[in-house]
Amino acid sequence: MAHDHDHPHNKPLSDTELRVKALESILLEKELIDAEAIDLVVETYETKIGPRNGARVVAKAWTDADYKSRLLENATDAIAELGFSGVQGEDMLVVENTDDVHNIVVCTLCSCYPWPTLGLPPVWYKAAPYRAKVVKDPRGVLDEFGVALPEDTEIRVWDSNAELRYLVLPKRPDGTDDMSEEQLADIVTRDSMIGTGLVSAP
Amino acid sequence: MTDKPPIRGSDLKKTPHLPHDEGGPVFSAPWEAKAFAITVDLHKQGLFEWSEWCDTLSEEIKSAQAKGDPDLGDTYYQHWLSALEKLVTVKRVTSMDTLAAAKEDWRAADHHRGFGEAPVLVKGAGGAEHQH
Repeated sequence: MAHDHDHPHNKPLSDTELRVKALESILLEKELIDAEAIDLVVETYETKIGPRNGARVVAKAWTDADYKSRLLENATDAIAELGFSGVQGEDMLVVENTDDVHNIVVCTLCSCYPWPTLGLPPVWYKAAPYRAKVVKDPRGVLDEFGVALPEDTEIRVWDSNAELRYLVLPKRPDGTDDMSEEQLADIVTRDSMIGTGLVSAP
Repeated sequence: MTDKPPIRGSDLKKTPHLPHDEGGPVFSAPWEAKAFAITVDLHKQGLFEWSEWCDTLSEEIKSAQAKGDPDLGDTYYQHWLSALEKLVTVKRVTSMDTLAAAKEDWRAADHHRGFGEAPVLVKGAGGAEHQH
């Protein structure tokens, strides 16, 4: 490695980066992946798929009773009505928060998450502390997120897996009767659809 | 009820000991996005069922934890990459030896590239035997 010249040096690629390059070049050579498709996947997940999709589902359910019953009956189809489907969204179940029940979602095994409606999961969702603690002490986790619920509210924890992914339908906050579907979609947060947050009126 | 103000999805600063992001970009480096996209594309091409992927990733996370990784989410795509390497070798698309040899070729290409230029892969340049 020792050489004595004075041109500027590239930062060497890390071992991890080299492993990805190795894998990519082998798969490209075998024509098992397509370079353009790879770029498209990255672009899609970076710019087009995210929690705004889920927020539109929630806002529609809040403003359209028929849609809401379809959503609770067959979430996958009702979500696809709005154009959201694909990997990790094949089998969806929507669980509704009420005055009596609060739902919260986790994947204890890895990080199963409804990509088409929420995008890719936040770091804390993939981290061991959340995955382990939410099952044992959901109230404690909610407290860390600044969410306090009445003592008699039942908390249900749903463990996502490869077959079934959950989306929480949060409670529509009071004082939002005059808001349009579009305005409502703007106040729905990602965390409220995981169950670690509540939606509040603006 | 509480007198704490409800927090927004992007405001996770009140949860200091849960690792968090800002609700923004999910990939912290281009290689993470690449590894992610390769996995999604291979699944779409039918190389494996999504449940096989989840099983492999879960195993990888468990074994990393067993080796002492606190698994705070920041090493997530490291586990992802290891799981992907494992699955493509289980599916006999390639072998760990071939992957290792290609990695050394890329290391050599990286070492020899000019400043600001992209590395050019020369097979065998890394010195390891390729097995086909």
